[in-house]
Amino acid sequence: MTATKTDAPVSATRDKRPAPAGEPPGSARSERVSALVQQHGALAVLLVVSLVASFSFDSFATGDNISNMATSSAFLAIVALGMTFVIITGGIDLSVGSLFALGGVLAAWGSRHGTLVALLLPLVVCGAVGVVNGLLVARSRLAPFIVTLAAMLGARGLMLALTDEGANTYLIGKGSFLAELGQGSTLGLGNPVWITLALFVAGAVVLRRTRFGQHVYAVGGNEDAAALMGAPVARTKILVYTLSGVTAGLAGALNAAWLASGVTILGNGMELEAIAAVVIGGTLLTGGLGYVSGALVGVLLLKVIQNVINQIGSLDSSYQQVVSGAFLAVVVVAQTWLGRRRQLM
Amino acid sequence: MAPPAEVLAVRGLSKTFPGVRALDGVDLTLHAGEVHALIGENGAGKSTLIKLLTGVHRADAGDIVFQGRTVSFGTPLEAQKAGISTIYQEVNLIPLLSVARNLFLGREPRNRFGLLDFARMNREAEEALGAYGVRVDVRRPLRSLGVGAQQMVALARAVASEARIVVMDEPTSSLEPREVETLFSVIRRLRDAGIAVIYVSHRLDELYAVCDTVTVLRDGRRVHHGRLAELDRLSLVSTMLGRELGEVRTEGLTKFTGDHHATDAEPVLEARDLKVPHQLHGVSVSIRPGEVVGLGGLLGSGRTETAKAISGALATSSGRVTVAGVPLRAGSTPAAIRAGISLLPEDRKSEGIVPGLSVRENISLAALPRLSRFGLVSEARVDSIVDTFIERLRIKASSPHQKVGELSGGNQQKVLLARWLAMNPKVLLLDEPTRGIDVGAKAEVQKLVDELAADGLGVLLISSDLEELIEGSDRVVVLKDGAVVGELTGDEVTEDKLMRTIAGHAPDGDVLEEAATDG
Repeated sequence: MTATKTDAPVSATRDKRPAPAGEPPGSARSERVSALVQQHGALAVLLVVSLVASFSFDSFATGDNISNMATSSAFLAIVALGMTFVIITGGIDLSVGSLFALGGVLAAWGSRHGTLVALLLPLVVCGAVGVVNGLLVARSRLAPFIVTLAAMLGARGLMLALTDEGANTYLIGKGSFLAELGQGSTLGLGNPVWITLALFVAGAVVLRRTRFGQHVYAVGGNEDAAALMGAPVARTKILVYTLSGVTAGLAGALNAAWLASGVTILGNGMELEAIAAVVIGGTLLTGGLGYVSGALVGVLLLKVIQNVINQIGSLDSSYQQVVSGAFLAVVVVAQTWLGRRRQLM
Repeated sequence: MAPPAEVLAVRGLSKTFPGVRALDGVDLTLHAGEVHALIGENGAGKSTLIKLLTGVHRADAGDIVFQGRTVSFGTPLEAQKAGISTIYQEVNLIPLLSVARNLFLGREPRNRFGLLDFARMNREAEEALGAYGVRVDVRRPLRSLGVGAQQMVALARAVASEARIVVMDEPTSSLEPREVETLFSVIRRLRDAGIAVIYVSHRLDELYAVCDTVTVLRDGRRVHHGRLAELDRLSLVSTMLGRELGEVRTEGLTKFTGDHHATDAEPVLEARDLKVPHQLHGVSVSIRPGEVVGLGGLLGSGRTETAKAISGALATSSGRVTVAGVPLRAGSTPAAIRAGISLLPEDRKSEGIVPGLSVRENISLAALPRLSRFGLVSEARVDSIVDTFIERLRIKASSPHQKVGELSGGNQQKVLLARWLAMNPKVLLLDEPTRGIDVGAKAEVQKLVDELAADGLGVLLISSDLEELIEGSDRVVVLKDGAVVGELTGDEVTEDKLMRTIAGHAPDGDVLEEAATDG
């Protein structure tokens, strides 16, 4: 009976006494630094890249270019917003690219029956696909990857059926409320940008300040414990997939309004772009940790890189994807490293 | 004082899982302000009973009457809302969420806009935890806390939610002695507030320190219930293990012959002062060639951990193992195997056999490096080794090429034994070598252990079967709460002595009152 008595206080890690046996290694300071890099690393990179670009290219920091970048970021950002919720629960939603295209076609098709139909139809249909995704993931305990892959194929099929294999392109009449919503601008920025900003503020409040938001983190952090603690795990999952469906549909509808038509070839690979943006923004792919603001920064970073490569001009625009891919790889490696330091994984 | 009200009455509760009758007509009564010990060995049905009470599983038969109403909880949430909270053995919280959020998950305070009121949440969390002697920044993620503090958060959480009954499933297994004291004072406070506590633990000192009443389960049935003070430790242990005191021992039920004439030679294995945080607090064991040393103790006393620590499968924080006088590199299984230590693990299915491979492949698996040259395996040498062991261990298989998954449990165990014997070990660590195999095979394995010791191997034998332990061992080292509390040699190796030692009675009947949770 010679066990050492660890004379440590019950926990107080700020204390200078030796850490008790159960204490994870690493000081509180390095923990805070790691957390800071994890949360704001992408923002720092975005600022640096933007700063360098604005000194290097005269046409980068112009009002037109910024406005264009903002508008083209808006649609992906809305998709990434919903995706953030899904990924924080530890899931994934591959159907959003197809739902984006479907939402656009539905909005354009519905626009002849009035603005209300044009706006509601994509939300209801894409939301319904999200509900089915959520039900299958939560109740049947199927892998989110497979469930949403099926939805991705199904939604694209539905979209093609609506447009006679893409032969029919529905147009949105000039001067309609919908066209104004997509193409008009307020205070120098396109309406979709303002809508996106409003949605992100709402999303941040929901995620950080509501019970539903707490449950999203809890389910992703430790599903079994969350269930034992009385969190409604199934309901939370159904809700996040529904939300992701709705945001994808809305993004598609706004995009159609912006383009004045339901373009059928859009949205291919958009799910992966959204996932990349969310992860670059500091959200853990394994769930339990993430930020709405990060998704926005991630989207902006991807778009700025695209823009810079376009500015270089001599580079083939295909290199956009090479750079984006390389950047994603770097971010994931850095996150894993930070995560290990912080013992998240 | 008015008699306290009955808060819980369980009648004839039964639950069957595929192939196992986990709980068989169990009764349990709980009064307000009662601290009730629920004890039993592995597989006795404690966890099942708790899971039925807390809504994790549903009973097949029987009633749960909670505060006068028959209830049937579908989920842990329903049970929690009704007033039955649970603290699990493993901390079941969300590591990435802040301490305060963990504490309030599901019942967060909200402001008039329906949004979470963080200021109030953090303030109340600090107050609640302060009451349990935990002073931390509640905004930090839970995982930045020590395990003990995390357990306190779980406790504060369970108690805060209007509980009438708090179930504690081995709450002290990861606590420091100081924290155990805090826990006890919380339990006493709960008791005074009229809250009933179901307390599951294997640590007898804790039970007697804090519990009023006791229910003992064995093989899914209730075998004893009553006031704890009326049951001395020895009776408690014997009831739990199912051995009557003073029972006339029927000789010859096991196939052990007993004497191995252990030589006075230098120990082939010496483990000194092995420590593993929260699990082992300085265990020392030595084994001489030809000697069978038994490890005695209750579930959770550190028997399996000792074997694993010796074999390098469990990282030790300090301690030293020497094999035939040569120190072993700590925490390395390959080093231990090379030095001649073989561990036959407790859970044969998950840690031992590869069911899809043949008898031949399973036997030669670990020895392959020894049987090959330049990376090529010599088939002839494998065949000769495999044939030798199939014959020597009397493995019943249609051919060396039969899949191990098709063999009986006893023969699987022999194949595993053969695998390690093929390594020419000096020391064999056997963790429950006869669990789950039929009587005939059991006898054969026991006989083999005898023969191997006679051949000069040092054997460490872990068994929950007291008879097997007593008859098989030359010497028994008794563990309790991760420390050695006694050693039985020669004539002392009897069931009676063993149970007394486990119960903390000296041979003359004195109670060894010691803080067994620490040294």
